[in-house]
Amino acid sequence: MYAFEIERPETVEEAIKALSRDEAQPLGGGQTLIPTLKQRLAMPSVLVSLTGIAAMRGICTDDAGLLCIGGGTTHGEVAAGADKFAGLAMMAAKIGDPAVRNRGTMGGSLANNDPSACWPAAALGAGATIVTDKREIAADDFFQGMFDTARDEGEIITEAKFPVPEKSAYAKFEQPASRFALVAAFVAKYSGGVRVAITGASESGVFRWTEAEEALGRDFGPGALDGLHVEPDGMIGDLHGTPEYRAHLVGVMTRRAVEAAR
Amino acid sequence: MPKDNASDHGGIGASPKRREDIRFLSGTGKYTDDINLRGQAYVHFLRSDIAHGKINSLDLSEAEQMPGVLRIFTGADFKDAGSIPCGWQVTDRFGNPMQEPRHPVLCETHVRHVGDPYAAIVAETREQARDAAEAIIADIEELPAVVDMAEALEDGATKVHEDLTSNLCFDWGFVEENKQAVDDAIKNAAHVTTVELINNRLVPNAMEPRVAIGDYNRGTGEHTLYTTSQNPHVIRLLMGAFVLNIPEHKLRVVAPDVGGGFGSKIYHYAEEAFCTYAAKALNRPVKWTCTRSEAFLSDAQARDHVTKIELALDKDNNFTAVRTDTLANMGAYLSTFAPSIPTWLHGTLMAGNYKTPLVYVNVRAVFTNTVAVDAYRGAGRPEATYQLERVIDQAARELGVDPIALRRQNFVTEFPYQTPVAVEYDSGDFNRLMDKLEAKADLGGFAARRKESEKNGKLRGVGINCFIEACGIAPSNLVGQLGARAGLYESATVRVNATGGITVMTGSHSHGQGHETVFPQVVADMIGIDASMIEIEHGDTANTPMGMGTYGSRSIAVGGSAMVRATEKIIAKAKKIAAHIMEASDGDIELKDGKFTVAGTDKSLAWGDVTLAAYVPHNYPLDEVEPGLEETAFYDPNNFTYPSGAYACEVEVDPETGKVTIERFTTADDFGNVVNPMIVDGQVHGGLTQGIGQALMENCSYDADGQLLSASYMDYCMPRADDVPFFVVDHSDGTPCTHNPLGVKGCGEAGAIGSTPTVVNAVIDALQSGGHDVPHIDMPVTPSRVWAAMQQG
Repeated sequence: MYAFEIERPETVEEAIKALSRDEAQPLGGGQTLIPTLKQRLAMPSVLVSLTGIAAMRGICTDDAGLLCIGGGTTHGEVAAGADKFAGLAMMAAKIGDPAVRNRGTMGGSLANNDPSACWPAAALGAGATIVTDKREIAADDFFQGMFDTARDEGEIITEAKFPVPEKSAYAKFEQPASRFALVAAFVAKYSGGVRVAITGASESGVFRWTEAEEALGRDFGPGALDGLHVEPDGMIGDLHGTPEYRAHLVGVMTRRAVEAAR
Repeated sequence: MPKDNASDHGGIGASPKRREDIRFLSGTGKYTDDINLRGQAYVHFLRSDIAHGKINSLDLSEAEQMPGVLRIFTGADFKDAGSIPCGWQVTDRFGNPMQEPRHPVLCETHVRHVGDPYAAIVAETREQARDAAEAIIADIEELPAVVDMAEALEDGATKVHEDLTSNLCFDWGFVEENKQAVDDAIKNAAHVTTVELINNRLVPNAMEPRVAIGDYNRGTGEHTLYTTSQNPHVIRLLMGAFVLNIPEHKLRVVAPDVGGGFGSKIYHYAEEAFCTYAAKALNRPVKWTCTRSEAFLSDAQARDHVTKIELALDKDNNFTAVRTDTLANMGAYLSTFAPSIPTWLHGTLMAGNYKTPLVYVNVRAVFTNTVAVDAYRGAGRPEATYQLERVIDQAARELGVDPIALRRQNFVTEFPYQTPVAVEYDSGDFNRLMDKLEAKADLGGFAARRKESEKNGKLRGVGINCFIEACGIAPSNLVGQLGARAGLYESATVRVNATGGITVMTGSHSHGQGHETVFPQVVADMIGIDASMIEIEHGDTANTPMGMGTYGSRSIAVGGSAMVRATEKIIAKAKKIAAHIMEASDGDIELKDGKFTVAGTDKSLAWGDVTLAAYVPHNYPLDEVEPGLEETAFYDPNNFTYPSGAYACEVEVDPETGKVTIERFTTADDFGNVVNPMIVDGQVHGGLTQGIGQALMENCSYDADGQLLSASYMDYCMPRADDVPFFVVDHSDGTPCTHNPLGVKGCGEAGAIGSTPTVVNAVIDALQSGGHDVPHIDMPVTPSRVWAAMQQG
């Protein structure tokens, strides 16, 4: 790791100021950034830790009934605290191991947009709104491809607001080594329709499987998915699975999520 | 087989808890990285990021000016040093020695694998050394890399070592005189089953990465190397005599607590020689701590065989011949014992548990631009077992016969048994093991369990495997004929203190095995004192007799036997002293429960009375024996030991995803006599887990350019606790080894040797039960591979 300074702001305003310093970089739970630094693959001069900002931590319900989760909230806190949103709690409980869940944050995971991470599937699958220090961005506009989002440099994810579905579930097939998603499906049934988001599979990162959404919107049950499949074209191929395998798993995991939805 | 007095003394057959765990679990162990010497500097190795290249120039000028840099070393600094030596010379089919390339401490003209070190920066801190490494301007011209073994052997292939005639290290045939007879038997067989398979390359992944600290005392001219080694005396000999020209009396090697080795810490590594050399050059201790990322690129890797095996059977399903053709990857250099693994530790086991009269094994060892390959838990024997037990399973399927019956029909049943591949099995009872397995694994209940799985949408399969392996490789005069450049005895010094406590200095080395608990059990049993009176010292060449260390499941069989021999000398001398004091003749003295008695009388002396007399020899037979009570023995066995086993595994396959889960795993092992059953259980559990890891998960994979694709735990899958079931293991009632004093065989590797074919046989059985005509899937049997196979068959 190269030498760097660390700042620990206690308010969003202080964080914004700290991030305006030359080559400053925000630090959430550090589950991706710290290993990257240890490999000397990044060289920020200042790290701005966001986990000490009390206003960015915790889970609540706003007046519109949206589940609001602070950007600095850990996966473990969501697993334990999002009891009114089954799929979200299920998703958070399966990230990494206890050490990861006690450090890693929602905001860090959303901002990183790893193509195999769980949070992007939850945010996209729930049609969440990503709130930053500057603006609100719909999940449909936020995720823009592998490791790419609509977030500007220095912009802080302070919160995400999740509409609470009638039924939801997350079904993850783990990549055996990392236990990230080889393919995972987040399914949420709302009164206005069904959303299905897939992570781990596509070279373009998290995506919505619209055919499945339409079919499930007509009839929310595993049978609705019969005959539906995604094409291997554009799916990730690596040591752990071919594009064909991943395309196949999209169908399997979506069906399992539908079966598990509650 | 607990003995009557086991519980009294914590002796043979008892299961006292591991005494070393008190320090390991309470953070008071002392590992090499815990050692920090005054004034120590740190080295960072600059490693090649390409698999093959020619070093045109290294510009160190800027790096040398960086803060904290003491000196930067390159290959030129080691031009007078020897090559990192290979400890085993294989002679090929035609009587020629293997091709043996130079392995410099730091690369001289070429880099030959990703991770090959070509500069070493010593600085005041680790980070400064790393900073300076980035300022070195290296002009390294990339050359084509050879990764695939078959391509490496093609005419005109790029050579890993330009001064060798080709990438072929050797072409070995065993038993060469049987070749024609085997070919004829296969030609004339009623049935021949052929399987082509890959034994996947592994990264050993000991929990503790390697560490080396060199120290030099310019007042005495003595060098000390602290290192994570399984065999400090071997490192002292190899490094001192062959690389750095330091006589052994001026070189001390210390391997303190070591956090796992599995073979990967047997070898003499360049980093050890570097730290020892640099400490003198700089007159400062020099420390290197390997990162996990570096371990993936520098620890000797494992397995990597590509094999075709043919099994010939007569019309009554008797095995008539086995013929194998294997390519064995050596990597870019010959690691310490690399050539012995695919040859003498592999070919000699190719008869397995069966009375196949004719066996021919051909192995071509190949250089590639990859990390060196050497022994890893099992070392050659897993490769032998895997192919043999896969082809037998496939033969049973082709012939429509029960796989257990086919094995039983061909078992060796009389011992000693001379195999057609040189070795002679001294003892075993394969039918009894299979009987035990069938009962313990409840194979009779399998059909019902399969039904239950099918009800849940899963395919269930059962896999059976038998194996015999060879441990405690010996005797030295034989292995010398086979090409070993070392002896394979073991040593022990038993030092009895004046007040009766005992320190045993052993040449064996414990890096997880539990010697500190087990070895005292043996001495306690012989003398009849409590095991807590005995302490084990190991790992420091300054206070232990020359020993060969720990690998090949040899410690209790060879090291334990040396300790028995030394203790026998102690008892014989103590009896003489007791006889003198009690005014009796030596022959009438008995030692039981720590008390010397004179037969037929009520005279007795306590153990402590005699040990005190040995050091305060007032009333003492000074004209017969010297004062003191300390004896050393070197034990050189007259044969290998031959543990054997029968394993059963039940798996479930999720037909939708291809995911395999291990539902049951049962073992019946014959380890001969067992000293500490609890520790043996643990050894089996660990071995099984590593074998399950190889079978289902672990995959050291290089791309065509020689880049390691699985270079971290993000892609290299280690087995975790939730990947394995609760094991049912049995090693009771073994057939004792006939040629060592304890009747022990060794248990460290059996689990890793026996488990891979058991798992794969089970997966194939599950797929077949689901109507998929899949004859074979290469390891690791990952979900994507299983799914792909199901789409084909």
